[in-house]
This record gives sequence, structure tokens and C-alpha cells, in this order.
Amino acid sequence: MAPLGGIEAASLRRELKGAYTIWYRDVLRFVRDRARVVASLAQPLLFLFVLGYGLGSSIPGLAAGAVSFVQFVFPGILGMTVLFTAIFSAISIVWDREFGFLKEVMVAPVSRTAVALGKVAGGSTVAILQAVIILLLAPAVGITLAWEQYLLLLALMLLLAAVMTSCGILVAARQRTIESFQVIMNFLLLPMFFLSGALFPLIGAPLWMELLATIDPVTYGVDALRQVALSASVPPELLQTLILHPILIDVAILAAFGLAFLIPAVWLFGKQD
Amino acid sequence: MALGSTPVNVIEVDHLVKRFDGFTAVKGVTFQVKQGEVFGFLGPNGAGKSTTINMLCTLLRPTSGRAVINGHDLLTEQDAVRQSIGMIFQDPSLDDRLTGRENLRFHAMLYDVPGNLFRERSAELLEMVGLTDKADEVVRNYSGGMRRRLEIVRGLLHRPRVFFLDEPTLGLDPQTRRLIWDYLLTLREQEAVTMFMTTHYLDEAESCDRIAIIDHGEIIALDTPVALKGTVGGDIVTISTTDGRRASKLLKDVHHIEPRVLSNGQLVMEVASGDRFIPRMMATLAGGKEPVTVLSVSLRRPTLEDVFIRLTGRAIREEESGAGEQMRLRGRTWRR
Repeated sequence: MAPLGGIEAASLRRELKGAYTIWYRDVLRFVRDRARVVASLAQPLLFLFVLGYGLGSSIPGLAAGAVSFVQFVFPGILGMTVLFTAIFSAISIVWDREFGFLKEVMVAPVSRTAVALGKVAGGSTVAILQAVIILLLAPAVGITLAWEQYLLLLALMLLLAAVMTSCGILVAARQRTIESFQVIMNFLLLPMFFLSGALFPLIGAPLWMELLATIDPVTYGVDALRQVALSASVPPELLQTLILHPILIDVAILAAFGLAFLIPAVWLFGKQD
Repeated sequence: MALGSTPVNVIEVDHLVKRFDGFTAVKGVTFQVKQGEVFGFLGPNGAGKSTTINMLCTLLRPTSGRAVINGHDLLTEQDAVRQSIGMIFQDPSLDDRLTGRENLRFHAMLYDVPGNLFRERSAELLEMVGLTDKADEVVRNYSGGMRRRLEIVRGLLHRPRVFFLDEPTLGLDPQTRRLIWDYLLTLREQEAVTMFMTTHYLDEAESCDRIAIIDHGEIIALDTPVALKGTVGGDIVTISTTDGRRASKLLKDVHHIEPRVLSNGQLVMEVASGDRFIPRMMATLAGGKEPVTVLSVSLRRPTLEDVFIRLTGRAIREEESGAGEQMRLRGRTWRR
């Protein structure tokens, strides 16, 4: 790993090409594997429609009835799709390194930093592609958005995806076996999802839950997504009752989480045994 | 000999050591591999073969010692070393969701092989291993042998000076193994590439120009297969008898030979010329007050296995599958 300042143009080009290769492979695999796309849509769709309408019928509506439960949950499901896809694609590094293509990448003349960054880009892109399919369902749950809002949602999802892929790589960077996979699932992924306020408002939740939600990066992603997704259909003063932080604060905290994951992830990934 | 000073040695390894927590996998190996050679690392599972190859291909960092590959220092010129080598791993390392050609293209991208050169070279190599028709099929539909052939093509795509092969035929059936070897030996002629391989198959080790026999992380012998077998001295005679102990004693008293007793009760001995020894041995065993009945006799030329047994007192055996093996199997099932 050359110091960042000292990289010459030629080797920088090679590093970028290496990172691009890793990214391209992730995207190509996603596009190629239709079965996986369909299968991984099942879960968010179940949550959105079954939980959304099922629970929604017994919940009167939020923000003084201005937001139906399905509409409230919709941005949470966007966050969930991004979260799950990003983490899974990062965790796949573990298998990939021992039994797959990544092994070949590790002996190629490309730095580990480039490989890790390419993987973050690839995982994020796949997460976004997956989430876009859900995003297109917005009108189906009665959320109408202008194109700027779609773009803004996309940008927020991209940020959340990059943060969560980095988190996944940090977890996977030194892992050699898949034994702990279930552990990660139960102790990391599901709590991050449930505590993020994706399925219920955190305002008015018990204090311990609020505290845990504060250290959950997904909370800020869902909060930001919700503000944008509901901004067109809910008056600002009512929307205030559903959100935790101003959007810029959410973005800043997410970015900070991202760096806090990415830097050690790249370092650990590059460490040679 | 100073490291890096002799251009004929494409690999120079000097007291390479790899220690994991409390366990030394490689205990200071030293050897040189000449340009164009097929150099084999032979030894049982867990002897340190893969650890050595993983250090030489920059996957593992040596605890101490030095190595120079194609004139580049392993520790300080990692990228130059990586560009100089091709690699076949023990475990498959193809993306099985992509086509053969896509796998090759990704390799070309990583090694910065220009597009026109890639097309020319991949066409030529695919033709050579007979995969031209299958190149655009998804690797998941490939057989084990086809995957290996594709990995060979991939490993040679960027014209490496050294081709590392870690158990290149592990898990393949004998026919496919032979086929892979034919390809490798042909390619070695045409590409003038140096090959460094690990194996625990004796017949494969025979095809190497030189072999280092490695056991418990140390090189215990290094020479050509012929010279190594020469150290055994003569022929191997194996007999089974009704009374192994008595037969042993008779052979010792009359012929001054100390046979080795195998677990199945057979006696094994090394003799200068077996064809002349056998009649005399039969006479000895049949004579005396209590003759020993000989049930079977076999005579053969020494193999590398005999060399290994002579050096270590053990056979190169398949060890029971360890944790890695189990994860390997599970990994395959999980990934489909």
C-alpha cells in the first residue's frame, strides 16, 4: 500500500482499474442472477404489504392521521432493503476469499485498499439497484413524489448503502469461517433493523430503546429517508412529530459512521497474515 | 550465493519461516528454482507445502527469511512479484456465476493486459486446453477438470514467469489428472514458464524436474526423482508369510537384512538386485528346522514413496479431514 500522496499516475490508474473490476463483477453478478433479485425482494415486500396493511388496519394512522401506517413504514422498508443487501454482499467476502474469485484478486497486482473500496462500491450499487425496485412502488402505497425527491432518496440510500457495506466489510475483514454468520445475523443485522425506527416511531419509545437507537446508524438513514419520502404528502408541522433530527444532521452522522467503519475496514482487510 | 545475483534462478528462497500462534508451519526452508524448471514440493498434508506457496505468492507474510522471485524481493516489491507470477489455488477460485470468458476478462483487467492482447492470448490458450467451445458458458456448468483447465488458462494469461500450482489435481479423477498434466507439460514447453507445484501424488512428483520432499515444515531431501530413488538403493521386495517374526529372524541371520514390518504383517526390504535375491530368500525361508511358508512375493523398483518412508519412517498418507476441509465442503454446499 503506497502512501496516498505518493501514488504515481500509472499506479493510480491500475488501482482504479482494480477497484472498477471488483465493482463491475458485483454488478454483473447481480444483473445475471435474476433468481436472487426476485428472492431478495420477497422479504421487503412481505414487510411492506403484509405488515404494513395488516398492522395498519389496527393502527389509526400517524401524525394525527395524516400518514397511514403503510406510508410510515415505506421509507423503513427502503432502509431495510439497503441494509440487508449491503451487509450480505459485504459478508460474502468471507466465502469469496476462501473459495472463490477473491482469492485470485488477493494475488493480483492491485492493492487491498483498492479491492476493499471496489467492494464497498459494488455492494452499495447492488443495494441501490435492489432498493430502486422497492422505491418504484411508492405510488402503490399512496406516496407521490417529484423527481427531485426520487433523486434525493436515491442519494440517501446510496450513502446508507456505503455505510452498511463498510460495516459489513469491517465484520468480514478478518473472518475466516462462516460459523459466526448466524451470530452476525441475530446480533447485528436484526437489532439494527428493529431499533432503527423503520417499523414504529421512536418518539415515545422507552428510554433504553431510544438510547440503543442512537448508536444504530440505520436510525439516521431511516429518519432521513422518511423526511424526504413523506415531505410531499404531509404538512411540515405534522411531519415534525415523526422525525428525530434535521436531515443535514442525519446525513452528517451517517457520514461519520461511514468513516468510522470504512477506515478500520480497509486497514483490517489490507493486513497480511 | 548472494540473493538475486544469479539470473538463472527464477526463485531463490533463503531460510523462510512461517509461525502461526505457537505453531511453526514452515521452519526455515532454503532452495532455488532454475528458469524453466518444473519444481515440486512433495509431502503429506500439513507438511507446510501450502504455507510455503502462499508465502511465495504474497498471500501470507513470512515471519522471517527472504525470497526473491524473478529478481523481485518478496517483501519489498510485492506488486512486481505479483505481476511476475500466475497461480492455481488448491480450492477453486473461479466465479461460477460468470462465464469462462468473463472470468478471464476480469483477470486481464486486474493484471492490466490490454484488450487486443487479451483476445489473442485467451483464444490461443483456450484452444490449447480445448475449451474454446465452452468459453461462453457459465462456469457453474463446468466439470471439475474443465474448471482446472480454465484456471490454467487464466493463470497464464498475463505471461507470468513463474506459475505456482497448489495441488493442481486435488479431487480430480485419475483420467482427468493425467489430462491436466499433459496440458501443463505442453504449456511449459510452449510458454517457457517455470512451474512450482505442491502435490502429495507420487506419480505427479515423478514428472517434476526436481523435487523437494518436505515434512513437518522442513525440506528433508531435494534432488531429481531419479537421484532420490537412487538413495533407496536397489529394489523393493515385499513378502507375506505365515510367520512374519520367524521370517524376519531368518532373513536377518542369513542375509543380514532387517525387513520392515507393515501394519498388515507384510515384510518389506530393500535389496541390491531383487531378481537374484528372491530365489535365495525362498531357499532360506523354506530350509531349516521350521520352514516358513511364503504366501506371496512382489518385486518392484523404488518409488518416491519409498524415499519418503526411508527418510521419515512414515508413508505419505491422506490425513483425516481437518476443519479447513470441512468448511470447504460446507462452503461448497452453501454456495451451491
